[in-house]
Amino acid sequence: MKAWDAIIIGGGHNGLVNACYLQRAGLDVLVVEKNDWVGGAATSRELTPGFLYSNCSYVCSLFRPEIMRDLELPRFGLQVISYEGGAVFTSDGDYLANYRDHDAHRREFARFSKRDAEAYDRYARDVTRQCRFIQPLLMRTAPDPTSFKPRDLGELLYLGKKFAGLSAEEMALTLRFWTMSISEFLDEYFETDVIKANFALSGIIGTALGPMSPGTAYVLLHHYMGEVDGSVGAWGYARGGMGAVTRALATSFKASGGTIRTGAEVDHVLVSRGKAKGVVLTGGEEIYGKLVVSNADVKRTFLKLVEEKELPDIFLRRVKNFKIRGSSGKVNIALDSLPEFPALPKDSPVYRGDMHFTDSMERMERAYDDWKAGRWSADPFLDMVIPTTLDPTMAPPGKHFMSCFVQYAPPKVNGRDWTDADRDGFAESVISQIAEYSPGFRDRIVHMEVRTPREIEAEVGLTEGNIFQGELTFDQLLFNRPVPGYAQYRSPVGGLYMCGSSTHPGGGVMGAPGRNAAAEILRDLAKSHQHMSPAHDVI
Amino acid sequence: MAQATRKTPLAKTPDPIAASRIAAQGHFRTLRLGTPFQPRLDALAKTQDWYNWAGYRAPHSLWDEELEYFAIRSQAAVFDISPMTKYRIEGPDAEAFLDRVTLRDVTRLKPGRVHYTAWCDDEGFVLDDGTLFRLSPTRFRLCSQERHLPWLLDSAIGFNVTVEEETEAVAGLALQGPTSFAVLRDAGFAGVEKLKIFDLAEFPHDGGTVVISRTGFTGDLGYELFVAADMALSLWDRLMTAGELRGIRAIGYTALNRARLEAGLIVANADFTTAEHAIRADRPRMPDEIGLGFMIDLDKGHFNGRRAILEARAKRKLRHVLVGLEIEGNIPAEHAIVYHKKSQEVGLVSAAMWSPMAKRNIAIASLVRPYGDTVVEDLWVEIYAMRELQYQKLMKRAKVVQRPFIKLDRRTSNPPADF
Repeated sequence: MKAWDAIIIGGGHNGLVNACYLQRAGLDVLVVEKNDWVGGAATSRELTPGFLYSNCSYVCSLFRPEIMRDLELPRFGLQVISYEGGAVFTSDGDYLANYRDHDAHRREFARFSKRDAEAYDRYARDVTRQCRFIQPLLMRTAPDPTSFKPRDLGELLYLGKKFAGLSAEEMALTLRFWTMSISEFLDEYFETDVIKANFALSGIIGTALGPMSPGTAYVLLHHYMGEVDGSVGAWGYARGGMGAVTRALATSFKASGGTIRTGAEVDHVLVSRGKAKGVVLTGGEEIYGKLVVSNADVKRTFLKLVEEKELPDIFLRRVKNFKIRGSSGKVNIALDSLPEFPALPKDSPVYRGDMHFTDSMERMERAYDDWKAGRWSADPFLDMVIPTTLDPTMAPPGKHFMSCFVQYAPPKVNGRDWTDADRDGFAESVISQIAEYSPGFRDRIVHMEVRTPREIEAEVGLTEGNIFQGELTFDQLLFNRPVPGYAQYRSPVGGLYMCGSSTHPGGGVMGAPGRNAAAEILRDLAKSHQHMSPAHDVI
Repeated sequence: MAQATRKTPLAKTPDPIAASRIAAQGHFRTLRLGTPFQPRLDALAKTQDWYNWAGYRAPHSLWDEELEYFAIRSQAAVFDISPMTKYRIEGPDAEAFLDRVTLRDVTRLKPGRVHYTAWCDDEGFVLDDGTLFRLSPTRFRLCSQERHLPWLLDSAIGFNVTVEEETEAVAGLALQGPTSFAVLRDAGFAGVEKLKIFDLAEFPHDGGTVVISRTGFTGDLGYELFVAADMALSLWDRLMTAGELRGIRAIGYTALNRARLEAGLIVANADFTTAEHAIRADRPRMPDEIGLGFMIDLDKGHFNGRRAILEARAKRKLRHVLVGLEIEGNIPAEHAIVYHKKSQEVGLVSAAMWSPMAKRNIAIASLVRPYGDTVVEDLWVEIYAMRELQYQKLMKRAKVVQRPFIKLDRRTSNPPADF
């Protein structure tokens, strides 16, 4: 019976990145995907005729350009289009926009506070400094601090040197950044509530924490260290929706000889004498492989796909305690025309950016209070984009696709599972918020898809619907991601590797976990890395 | 607990504060503002060669950048400085506040005087340089390249002083060149002949007043005029009419930049990186590292950065030095690398030109000490001159020289000459 060189469980972007690199290294690789399509949480699906939905992830910035080049993704159809800033609508009938033009940005902030307008440069400088410190770590395997292997010592030394290269003030800032709440961090720079709320949203997205929870400042950084073609911190739309990322990856993979099986859900990993031998599909079919790589999150991988008896107790306990809490949902909407916002001039570029309605830190924190009480937020935080304002491929001319990322949505409602009625109530909280700022909005809706953590987990497989496959708090980063001792993409089971966003450097459609895992696998197989570009220099 | 419903209703009619904010929304349609003089500049802009100066549409040139330079040195040149950042600093403690913020001793700056100064952060790194105008015992205007409102407001805690940004409200013109005095006199600014270098005074204009100072950025005889934005055009017309027979011409930045280099003056974020914009930790500079050490007054009390500056001086932590260079030949060495003994890299040229007034090839460079400080022999610059798609690589000897590169008696002579 055929034994593949490698079997990848899950055709999400990291699984496909991993598969591409392994296949290009000369391995015979199979990707098994439970859905009838690949993409995981980076998909474009035609849920109603003529409309493509980016129904999970919806914007792109963190995906590493080195990977795009190595895997020839532009040739296979990937284009990322930078977009204009966005805005926070204020409850007094105004809005605060983020313009790309530096001086327009300042003048816009000056409408609210001249002081804060002039504080932005200092803020941007400090955030940029921190990003530059972290960026080079994204494409490196985190060192094992307990190991005395030359490579780990070398990587630790690299980290140490980088840290020692910071000035005393920067070191202090770095430690503060990794531990502070985004609210307190922003207090250091700004005095105006709506301006703080405008920045704070990057600190809470995908995280079961509020803006006043310690650790959220780092989450903001995570969203700032991407780029669109050298424009650092910029975000863009993948042309054709986020599925364009995984479609390009899948095409690249197949072009290099790889095999994908969709509609093939893994029931469990075959383990014999502590070593992975393959996978068993839900239908009972056994597929053999010399090694198995899981793109599923660490909880799903080790609590569902591997038998407990194969795992060390401490590892198992840490996996069980890994924070991968559901905190968000999505409402994806097909619209028969562009919505109007009376507060926003008709020629405003904000329509092409990300829009929000949470205009104060308190509203944001109150939304989190609901989550703690086991409810979806009565006044939710929305990250809303209309990618069809820049991407003509996703809807017929004049019609639009709107993606609303919604926070907070608890994994369970009042301790019980989500019901369809809950889902409808959740959707209504979103639609009524939008409709308040955009009269007539309901009449424009052609079709709507509502996804609570229940739907996201059921379809995509993300535990509790957590978009990062585990929260990006500092206790779960670098050599502690996903759990101490197993941060180098290997697991307690021989031949079983992890390549999802549960691993370093985390989620956000970066592709770096998949790539770094491939580097480790090839190292174990003593195969060449020549086809893998090192991280671009940060100069 | 039951699912709550939302309860923050959207305001139906904006309050007055929101209404005034909303009225200002439309700025996104004009990314480059015109200055209060824009109608006059537009009428003269034959080259249509604009650049972005702090969000304003400013001319690189208006008709011919080389001839515009000669207008500065031979007649009178008008340059619109309205985009310069301006702060109005007022109150009983204004003097003490500014003494605390800036490097120089503000108690020695008398009302009616101007001085060139700089200010630092707590680590002693230069935030900016600029000019401080003392309009009255309790009222000042601070002009600078970058913006500093948070820094100024934070420093004002404990002082009875107000700090207000007034960039848009105040229009500014530089009138520079040998006939500039004659133009002002002929325009009817009675008493302007009494202004000595760095003096300022108020003069009546158009039912209001204009502040005229004998200051400038050219090393030449010249004045700067500040006026409320709504009187800008009448001021422009008054000068142009009076100056017609004196060769008055409006100019763009390229010409001014040449004149300032001959005068040995530095430009923030061109010749040094300001502390609040430096991403790389080794880029900010202390005053002693960019030739501004002369401003530091250690006899006065505490000022921002004092401790760090003292420590750097005591522990010899000053790593860089800014120098004037005279380079052999006539090929400008803009952004050239400076070498010691043609091999060891020791610095970078930040501005360079052939000086028509000095008839020398001049440059401003930042060097790593001891080069440019105690070691000044055997310095070279490597010039990459692009000529018809080929680099002509030149290694030219450079000599450290005093700035300014030119010294014009007419800049300071009293009474000002009538050319």
